[in-house]
Amino acid sequence: MALLEVNNLDVRFALRQGEVRALRDVSFTLDRGERLGIVGESGAGKSVAAFTILNLITKPGYIAGGSIRFDGQELTTLKPKALQKIRGNKISMIFQDPMMTLNPVLTIGDQMVECLKAHRRIGSREARNVALNKLRQVYIPSPEKRLDQYPHELSGGMRQRIIIAIALLLDPDIIVADEPTTALDVTIQAEIMTLLLELCEKHNVALILITHDLGVVSQVTQRTLVMYAGRVIEQGPTREIINDAQHPYTQGLINALPQMATPGHRLNQIPGAMPSLANIPPGCAFHPRCSFSKDDAGNLRRDCREQVPGFVTSGNCRVACHMVRDLVDSEPRDNGRSKTSQEVS
Amino acid sequence: MSQAVSQASEAVVRPTSQTKLVEIRGLEKRFSLSGDFLDQLRFERGKLVRRQNYVHAINGVDIDVQRGEALCVVGESGCGKSTVARMVMGLLSPSGGEIHYDGQRIDHLSPRQLLPYRRRMQMIFQNPYASLNPRMTIQQTLEEPLRFHHPDWSRERVRQQVTEVMESVGIDPDWGKRFGHEFSGGQRQRIAIARALVVDPEFIVADEPISALDVSIQAQVLNLLMDAQRDRQLTYLFITHDLAVVEHFGSRVVVMYLGRVCEIAATSQLFAKPQHPYTQALLSAIPRLEDDRPDHIRLSGEVPTPVNLPSGCVFHGRCPHANERCRQEVPELIVADGGTRVACHAVEEGRITA
Repeated sequence: MALLEVNNLDVRFALRQGEVRALRDVSFTLDRGERLGIVGESGAGKSVAAFTILNLITKPGYIAGGSIRFDGQELTTLKPKALQKIRGNKISMIFQDPMMTLNPVLTIGDQMVECLKAHRRIGSREARNVALNKLRQVYIPSPEKRLDQYPHELSGGMRQRIIIAIALLLDPDIIVADEPTTALDVTIQAEIMTLLLELCEKHNVALILITHDLGVVSQVTQRTLVMYAGRVIEQGPTREIINDAQHPYTQGLINALPQMATPGHRLNQIPGAMPSLANIPPGCAFHPRCSFSKDDAGNLRRDCREQVPGFVTSGNCRVACHMVRDLVDSEPRDNGRSKTSQEVS
Repeated sequence: MSQAVSQASEAVVRPTSQTKLVEIRGLEKRFSLSGDFLDQLRFERGKLVRRQNYVHAINGVDIDVQRGEALCVVGESGCGKSTVARMVMGLLSPSGGEIHYDGQRIDHLSPRQLLPYRRRMQMIFQNPYASLNPRMTIQQTLEEPLRFHHPDWSRERVRQQVTEVMESVGIDPDWGKRFGHEFSGGQRQRIAIARALVVDPEFIVADEPISALDVSIQAQVLNLLMDAQRDRQLTYLFITHDLAVVEHFGSRVVVMYLGRVCEIAATSQLFAKPQHPYTQALLSAIPRLEDDRPDHIRLSGEVPTPVNLPSGCVFHGRCPHANERCRQEVPELIVADGGTRVACHAVEEGRITA
């Protein structure tokens, strides 16, 4: 049984202008010790997905349907008290901005001890020792001194290390990291990512990494979900998605990276922009920007316009695209995959 | 005063055959941390003394921008790249050094004297959510610089110019009546680019113009900037922290660290053979699609504060090749293999083989 099973998750925000569906039909699983990347542009719903796992969705948002099972336990219907035992304890979270996450009026030590005491029966001195130990694990120089410092006395990279230490404090099974390095510089980002990867492997912690950076996903994760306008449009092993993406949006996203074009030449841009969640086009949400949604005569394909694509399996990936479905259906089983990728690209 | 203005505008009209458009010499910028005069006074051993602390943002930077090139300045936050851009544009005044534009020194000019240059150099800012006036329509935003720089133009001519520029950057001229908040980030950045292009400049300073945008939108805006460069023979000073963008966009690259230049090289040269240890670390830190394991050069420590600059080479505290000389002597830019200019004792002495 998978450690985390998310099925047909549906999250909505009841706004004055009407209801916005932030997540539709999101399903995925996560095994113990597995690292999963969730990729998408802003507004794709990737952060909402992360927040929902910890049930951090607050009004006007609510979970309208679907289930989240952690270790066999259903989280969506859990009472707040029971949820507190899991949140921060079994599943912990790393947020984007390390300055916002730490409490500015408490010392690092106080925050760590507070967290330990909230979840365990533990004395102050012992809690401090556990905290010290965790700070050593994230390679913080002179950890004894840091325990008595305030967050503003530390640099951005140092703060994010401390947040990782806090996330690991209670030996969780899953860490959900929402853009953990976006606010940091490249060299610090590389350090933090290496550290996170190393610790997850060492303690067999599963990681859900939410990011817009395909490079980071490619280096850290084993499996990837690609999201667009609140839906998962492609999922599969990270290597396969990076090297041989099937969905036209994923392909577009990868091809739009500067390193995919000859220096000095135009980049392969995707026309248009992601629709707002309040105004998602009918059928496949990507069809207005998709170059494959038109047939040879230049007319919009009817199924792309009218019907939400279901998942088809192509190789080890699952893809929600009418065009990929047609290709998979029309090809013989054995060489279907390689043919598909050629025609797509 | 008026004479000075007319002199300056004469200088602008004069055609030049120089290839250097902008020359920056020994540029320095300090920001005071000590507040005003009364805040600086302290009692020490019974005496009233005045103490001042500074952030040393820029410490002796020499950069040339050649006509028609896209010069990229890269570095991590706090390295002073945006400060350089702002000083070139005259938004900040330097604490030392000189800036020459097209052969004329511009850093000490009064705002009035600077006016003719302002039409020739324009800036694109990082955050299109903050750089557009929320109370002006797009039409007003785009017309304002024209009315300001060409007061003699008829209303019809202004409107025609605005429409032309809007079409060239892919904005529907019908959007003119709408306000900035009605547009997405990518569209706003297009409007900001249109505002820079509307006065027909020759030099554009772009301060992280795409880092607030999504990946697919970044590609659109980069393409737009490259098209504009080709069609209008623009020269760019492009500030960014994204090395993948630099590799694609830049003709030459300046790598900065803590207010100093580490390395200046042609883009292909820099990416093929980085010489400065900091450049090497920076390049190895880019997350790449190809390899699945991060294998980067680990730098020890973090960027020191620019309040108390390290002695000698500013990078010595984190450099794996640092020795006694690096701790004491400030390295000068020297010409290394392939025309790369690099400020590093280790490279000069041949201690590092790139």
